Formats: sequence, structure tokens, C-alpha cells
Amino acid sequence: MTAPRTRRALLTGWGRTAPTAADVVHAVHPSLVDAAMSAAVAAVAARTGRGLVARGMGRSYGDAAQNAGGTVVDATWLDDIRTVDLATGRISVGAGVSLQTLMERFVPLGWFVPVTPGTRLVSVGGAIAADIHGKNHHVDGSFCSHVLSMTLVTPTGTHVVGPDADPALFWATAGGMGLTGIVTEATLQMIPVETSYMLVDTERATDLDDVMDKMLTGDDAYRYSVAWIDCQSTGSRLGRSVLTRGDHARLADLPHRLATDPDRARAFVPRQLARVPLTPPGGLLNPLTVGAFNEFWFRKAPKRQLGKPHHMTGFFHPLDGVGEWNRLYGGRGFLQYQFVVPDAAGETVRRIIERLTEVRLASFLAVLKRFGPGDPGPLSFPMPGWTLALDLPVGHDGLDRLLDDLDEEVLAAGGRIYLAKDSRLAPDTFRAMYPGVDRFLEVRSRVDPDGALRSDLGRRIGLCSDAGAPTPRPTTKKRKTR
Amino acid sequence: MIDATGRPQSVLVLGGASEIAQAIVAGLVPGRCRTVILAGRPSERLDAAADAARAAGADMVETVAFDTTDLAGNPAVVEDVFTRFGDVDLVLAAAGALGDQAELESDPQAAAELITTNFTGLAAALLAAARCMRAQGYGRIVVISSVAGDRPRKANYIYGSTKSGLDAFAQGLGDSLVGSGVGVTVVRPGFVVGRMTEGMDPAPFSTTPEAVAEAVVKGISSGADVVYAPPVLRWVFAVMKQLPRAVWRRMPG
Ligand SMILES: Cc1cc2nc3c(=O)[nH]c(=O)nc-3n(C[C@H](O)[C@H](O)[C@H](O)COP(=O)(O)OP(=O)(O)OC[C@H]3O[C@@H](n4cnc5c(N)ncnc54)[C@H](O)[C@@H]3O)c2cc1C
Ligand SMILES: NC(=O)c1ccc[n+]([C@@H]2O[C@H](COP(=O)([O-])OP(=O)(O)OC[C@H]3O[C@@H](n4cnc5c(N)ncnc54)[C@H](OP(=O)(O)O)[C@@H]3O)[C@@H](O)[C@H]2O)c1
Repeated sequence: MTAPRTRRALLTGWGRTAPTAADVVHAVHPSLVDAAMSAAVAAVAARTGRGLVARGMGRSYGDAAQNAGGTVVDATWLDDIRTVDLATGRISVGAGVSLQTLMERFVPLGWFVPVTPGTRLVSVGGAIAADIHGKNHHVDGSFCSHVLSMTLVTPTGTHVVGPDADPALFWATAGGMGLTGIVTEATLQMIPVETSYMLVDTERATDLDDVMDKMLTGDDAYRYSVAWIDCQSTGSRLGRSVLTRGDHARLADLPHRLATDPDRARAFVPRQLARVPLTPPGGLLNPLTVGAFNEFWFRKAPKRQLGKPHHMTGFFHPLDGVGEWNRLYGGRGFLQYQFVVPDAAGETVRRIIERLTEVRLASFLAVLKRFGPGDPGPLSFPMPGWTLALDLPVGHDGLDRLLDDLDEEVLAAGGRIYLAKDSRLAPDTFRAMYPGVDRFLEVRSRVDPDGALRSDLGRRIGLCSDAGAPTPRPTTKKRKTR
Repeated sequence: MIDATGRPQSVLVLGGASEIAQAIVAGLVPGRCRTVILAGRPSERLDAAADAARAAGADMVETVAFDTTDLAGNPAVVEDVFTRFGDVDLVLAAAGALGDQAELESDPQAAAELITTNFTGLAAALLAAARCMRAQGYGRIVVISSVAGDRPRKANYIYGSTKSGLDAFAQGLGDSLVGSGVGVTVVRPGFVVGRMTEGMDPAPFSTTPEAVAEAVVKGISSGADVVYAPPVLRWVFAVMKQLPRAVWRRMPG
């Protein structure tokens, strides 16, 4: 097998921080994944290479889909739908297929993805590698709980794994951030829907106690639930939020004009309404503009409104209407801080919100949600409790130390940070937060004994190393003496 | 790796015993920098710098022998560090000597040696570092130049010209590395009260190694191209460079 052609490119995650250069392989066919894997493994064995990792749609915020100086396999080309069973909702797809494509194709046929993140522009491979969660985690668990099997190309060969076929490798891959191999194909169990609409209950909550109380007592009655917290509010209004919860609408739930037109009621035609054309150097988001936005957004939310039909796109992916909105944060980019702490650690959530509001960083809304039980993935993020996620612009003096402090709080509460969002966690903190790491490394060493699977995230948090790798020899020409 | 907030996890210092470099390392270790390689002329001072890095919390600290004037050996020293320690996130070039202008004027060979120390030898080491980092796909090179290089003065032009050369070299190197993931930061301190300037009268806007370090650590995290320390010197020297030559010539020693 010849090594595939590569193109050197500078890559970042969605947060546009810490760019690194890698040789990108466009895996237009699964055979190119095999070829890239063989070449990378050989190069690592010869101590001339820096390994490889897969990349999906680059929606992880940090450095997970980067591999400085090594190979990055762009898996978004593996975008074919392989087999479909419309009676059962089982579909087999290439790992590069986006959740948007799945929605466009299958919602009109009555099937929806089992789990969707806050953007539909993620690949199935990325969804597996991060074991992503949605607003329905408390009911349906995370993405990999709905994966029936997958094909994984590893340095020691190709494995077809599932919950019953080499479960250790399957679960290590769930949340394994691409470090167990490259997923080329996956079989998913979709969920049945009658329409592309949601029936949504919206309520305002006056403060953090109020919203947490509402979620603790009411979430079980809803399949989807999330609260958006206004992080600019302080004092007695700290944690003021809007809680939106709902479920898929049936045909009969919809207004007459839709209920009588099933094609329209099931239509799924996502539109990008606008695109941010360039990166304003200092960014456009500052406490002032964001404060105004948050105020507007809170006021516009109804105090309480029940059973209102909303289209899926608006309910699940409000931000996807604006292309490349990550540019709004300016040249230095931004990061997302997302953690989970057990149910009993509500006070930790409050303290963290307090500390973040104190520094008055421009953050749009923080998203608060309750997780249900986690799955067996040793590096899978979700565990029962509260998860909070918020975007923060990079550049504020002391942000690095502040977040280190918050890590300690999270750790002390028995919680952890989400690797798909992370871009700054320290290696020892990561280890302490993920006690499953040794189990993970054990499985990985079975399929990747020489450590050819490498990413910048892996290097940063101590899962991969390049020590012992050679440096390029200069092409030494005999020096001419004149 | 360098994280999203610009914190490196490993550093190679060329001129590991430098006071300014030590202050920079002290500023980096509490962040994420747990691997510190100090390259320099073996001495108690170099060992003490290593101890200080350990005391600050770095867990992998080593010293390697490095003399900028060893033109043939320099690149290999740098390459060996990249090989043995894996990634090097940051290379900090701090080695340098001030020299005594009057003595250097009367000893051309000594002058040439100073130029080798401050410029030629470092350039060789930095080219090796740049090649390693380019292959590594990322990294930051920090070069300590000086405002003395912004416009060399009559009283100090041999040292000043080494810094002009080094500064120009670093800028060009930075431009050549655009798109590679590697960035170059040029640092231009003013008069820094310390070992190098012992016994001299502080110039206006004099500063300390700690203050320089603070500005440099900030510049590293933001990926700055140029850092002046203190920052006001950026504007002072913008003006100084415009002074007519006849006026500049009269600048006091
Ligand atoms: C606006 C926004 C909202 C989000 N909301 C949520 C949310 O609600 N819940 C949630 O869980 N996440 C959320 N995310 C994060 C996102 O779902 C994950 O980061 C996801 O992994 C991105 O998928 P991707 O295809 O872009 O993968 P990339 O970002 O390209 O890669 C992510 C990881 O997956 C690995 N990977 C990609 N493809 C493969 C493959 N074929 N085989 C093996 N490994 C592979 C990469 O190596 C990398 O480690 C959000 C992100 C954004 C930008
Ligand atoms: N101090 C200032 O006012 C000032 C102002 C502007 C710029 N700078 C620059 O800042 C940098 C650091 O200076 P500093 O203030 O920290 O002074 P310093 O403490 O004297 O540091 C200079 C270091 O350079 C090393 N060095 C000299 N010749 C060398 C050689 N041939 N090979 C290897 N190492 C050599 C010295 O090593 P030994 O320990 O073995 O002697 C010393 O550790 C220098 O480049 C200097 O020019 C200083």
C-alpha cells in the first residue's frame, strides 16, 4: 500500500485557539484510512513519524482533532449511507456523515437521531469519539448507547466492535477522542418521530435555586430539557434563566394547517441565515454587547408558555443559523468551559457561576442541564448530576488561573471536565477526574502498542508522547571551502 | 503542547543561567511548564538555576552543556534536546554578553567573539530549533534582543549591532515560519538592573528581570511578535529612531 498524498495545513478546533500544522489525508475512501494508518504506524516504528488521528467537522472546541507534525485523517469524506432499515430505524453510515445529513434524509421518513448536540454540524465519528450528549441525556443517555456496532481501523488491524463484540474496545472508543483508532462506519439505532416539530414548555426562573428546583422536580416528565442561564446577572438574580423542555410533537399535536399536511409537518430543510464573513481582530463580543443581548433574550422569553410547537432546528440548533459565528470572538479565539458535578454538588455550580460572573467576561448564555447515568466508556464524560457549559473569550488576564481554580472545585466535588470542549486542562487534573484512564490505556495498548494514535489533546493531557522521536536531519551538504 | 490560553508545557532555554531567563522560567512553571531544559555553560550558576526551576514545581529539569561560540556543535545540542524530551513548546534564547566597548574597540578578536556569542552562534542554534519546531508542527521561539539594537549608540555599538543583527534575524525567521504553526517573539528590554549591568548607572526607564519576565510571559500567551520591557519603550524608541544622526551621536554613554 502506498502512503496517501497529504497536504500540510494549520488546524484549530472550533474555539480557534492553539493552531498546529499537520499533514492532512483526505480519506475519500476507507482504503485511504487503511493506507494512512499503515504509513503512520511504519513511520512511528521507524521513529520518523508523529502518528495520526481522525478529524471530523472540527466542532470540538480545543485540540482533539489536531496532531501537530503528524497525520490528520479527514474522515468527513466517508459520508455515504450504506444500509437503511426503515422498519426498525437501523442505519449504517460512513463515519463522516453529519448529523445534519441524517436529519435531512431521515426526519421526513420518520426517524430522528437518538442524540443531538447543540449543533448538527458534527460527524458520526466525532459523535462517537466524544460520546456526545444532548438535552435528552437524563432519559436516553449519550450517543454511544445507540450505536449498535462500528468498524474501527487501528494500528493492529480493523475491528468490528459493539456492546456485545469486544465491548472493552467499543467502550474505550466511546469518548476515547479518536485515540483508539479511526471509525469508518457505524450502525445506529434512530428514534421514531411523527413530525419535525417539538412541543415545548418555556418558563423563566428567577434565580439558580429556582431553576435547579424546577429541573429536579420536573425534568423526568420531559424527554428534552435544558436551561439557559444569563451569566451577566449577579446578586439575588444570579442564575436567572429560561428553562425549555419538550418532546417530539405528534401530527395530532400540531395546528390544523400542519396536521393536515404530513409532508410539511415532517419537512427538515435547514437554512443558514447569515455567515460571519471575517474575523474582527478584537472580536465583537464584550460585556456590553453580550449584556444587551442577554437582557433582550431573557425579556423575549415568555414567563410561562406550554405546549408551543417549535421546529426542531430552532429547538436544538439555534446557533446553526449563523455560519462561522466562532469568528465573533476575535483573533485570539475562545474556549468553552464545561463540567459535570454530582447532583449533591449544586453549591459548586453556584460558586463557579459566581466566580465567573465576578470577572465580567463576555459570556453569552451558560447552558445548564441534568445528566442521567453514564455509560461504561472509561473516558465518557457524562455522569449523573449537573453539567454547565459556557463560552469564554481568551485574552482576559488571569482567565487561565481562574479556570485552574475552578478545575479544583470541580474535582473536589467529584466532577470532571468535558474533553470535547477542553483546550487547557492539566495532565494531573485530567487523570484525577477520569479514574477510568488506566482501563482506557490498557485497551489502547492492545490495539496500538507503539502509540501511533496521537493528538494534540492527547499530548497535552498526557495520553500520548513523542519522546524518543527523532528530529529531522538537516540535508548535510559537504561544506565548500573557498 | 501550548494550551488555548497560551501556556507552554516545556521550555528549552539557551543561556539557562541568565537572570532574565530564570525570571521567565519562574513565571512559566506555575502555569503548565513542567519540563525545563537549561542549556548553558556548565557552572554552579546553571545548576542553581535548575534547582530553582525544581523548587518552583517543574518535575523534569535538566541542564545541557551549550556554548554559543561552538558553531559546529550548537545545532546538535538543540536537536538532541528535541529528540530526548519529545516536544519542546518554547525555545528561549537568552544567552548574551554585554562586553566593554572600549576594550572591544582595541581588541578586534574579542569583538568578533562577542558578535559570535550574541548573534552568529545563536543564529545557528535558532535555525536548528526552527527546523525541529517546523517538523513538530508548532512552537514558539522567544529571542531576547534589546532596545540597544533598535538604534545602536556610539558608546555601545558593538553590543548594539549584535542585537540589531539578532533582532533582524528573528523577525525574518518569524516571517519564514508563518503557516508552520511556529511563532517568533522578539523581546526588547531596556536597561535591566542585574548582573549584566552591575556597577552601571541605570538608564531612564530601567527595569528588573521580574518585570521583563512578566511582560514576556504575557507576550508568549498572546503570541506577540514584539515585546518591549517596559512597554513604554516601544514609543520612546519610535521617537529615538527618528532623531537626526547628529543628535543621536551625542547620546550619552
Ligand atoms: C456550537 C456547538 C455546540 C455543541 N454542543 C454539544 C452538546 O450539546 N453536547 C455534546 O456532547 N457536544 C457538543 N458539542 C461538541 C461536539 O458535539 C463534539 O466536539 C463532537 O465531537 C464534534 O464532532 P466533529 O465531527 O466536529 O469532530 P471533531 O471536532 O473533528 O473531532 C472530535 C474528536 O473526534 C475524533 N474523531 C472524529 N472523527 C472520527 C472518526 N471517524 N473516528 C475516530 N475518531 C474520530 C477526533 O479525533 C477528535 O478527537 C458542541 C459543539 C459546538 C461547536
Ligand atoms: N541586563 C540588561 O540590561 C539587558 C538589557 C537588554 C537585553 N538584555 C539581554 O538579555 C539576555 C539575558 O541577559 P541577563 O540580563 O539575564 O544577563 P545574564 O544573567 O548575564 O545572562 C546572560 C547569560 O548568557 C550566557 N552566556 C554568555 N556567553 C555565553 C556563551 N558563549 N555561551 C552560552 N551562554 C553564554 C551567560 O552564561 P554564564 O552564566 O555562563 O556567564 C549568562 O547566563 C541577554 O541576551 C542580554 O543581552 C539584557
